[in-house]
Amino acid sequence: MFAVENGLQGDPRLQTISDAIRVIPHFPKTGIMFQDITTLLLDPVAFKHVVDIFVDRYKHMNISLVAGVEARGFIFGPPIALAIGAKFVPLRKPGKLPGRVISEEYELEYGNDRLEMSMEAVKTHERALVIDDLVATGGTLSASINLLERAGAEVVECACVVGLPKFKGECRLKGKPLYVLVEPSQLD
Amino acid sequence: MSGNKEEEDPRINGIKTRIRVVPDFPKKGIMFQDITTVLLDPKAFKDTIDLFVERYRNKNISVVAGIEARGFLFGPPIALAIGAKFVPLRKPKKLPGETIFEEYELEYGNDRLEMHVGAVEAGDRALVVDDLIATGGTLCAAIKLLERVGAEVVECACVIELPELQGRQRLKGKPLCMLVEYR
Repeated sequence: MFAVENGLQGDPRLQTISDAIRVIPHFPKTGIMFQDITTLLLDPVAFKHVVDIFVDRYKHMNISLVAGVEARGFIFGPPIALAIGAKFVPLRKPGKLPGRVISEEYELEYGNDRLEMSMEAVKTHERALVIDDLVATGGTLSASINLLERAGAEVVECACVVGLPKFKGECRLKGKPLYVLVEPSQLD
Repeated sequence: MSGNKEEEDPRINGIKTRIRVVPDFPKKGIMFQDITTVLLDPKAFKDTIDLFVERYRNKNISVVAGIEARGFLFGPPIALAIGAKFVPLRKPKKLPGETIFEEYELEYGNDRLEMHVGAVEAGDRALVVDDLIATGGTLCAAIKLLERVGAEVVECACVIELPELQGRQRLKGKPLCMLVEYR
């Protein structure tokens, strides 16, 4: 579900956010129009809009845990967690987290990758939000949902700044709702 | 904060107690300073950010540069609170646009830190943020990148310092602010 479908139609902040995202063609490979959020981070007003919109949505949903996917989820997750009084849990590439971890494999276009989470991160029955900068295939978010559910958390929603148009409407990932601010920006 | 013998802010002890030390990670002999446990305590995490924000909000900082990946946890909240831009300094090949890089030494071999061209401009006043300073190699590379494009690095800010590694001496004369020392 996109923000415009859920009460934010006409909200000028969404256009500001969209305009602040830079498109880099053919990165990391030919055919991909990469959505570069680093230009959004250079615009303190636009960056704050992103955080404000997510905080407004989640502050009354009793979320106790925000999980962010390495590395761009680390940029958006903590400000949201801090504002709503939730803990932040980093979901990381293999070998980065110390101590006991659980891990989940997920598919890439060629081969697999793994996401890890600390076993101490979740108390059972916590209400969790998963955040990343962009959702394309949903593979990483699905792996994130699996990790949190295996640890006993209830995933309330997944949230992304950018999402492909296929995520409009009642689209769900592993049965969980998805909330997206904007569609991919186009090249000028 | 920092290295001064002033009375310590009472929030610092709360943060310190939340840091988990993990022995022999990533390899034998290293006492790893795990800050993820600070992030699990909303008050400790907020206190960490507040301490830095209070220090920097009136210093006209226009850019906060965070070092991948744990600098991304602390840099953006600080940047948002003080109205500065946030610039990620990343490992090679992660940033999609045109980049400049600075090499730095590891125990065996070298690594590189990259920054997007145009993200930081001449005259920007910069703060560099990472979770921890050890030898200072990564922070030094960050300072060099920022100075090359004409920014003024005002200070480096880290949650944890390992003073025995003397990283503080490798910051090209720039001051360091840290919250917790680990000896």
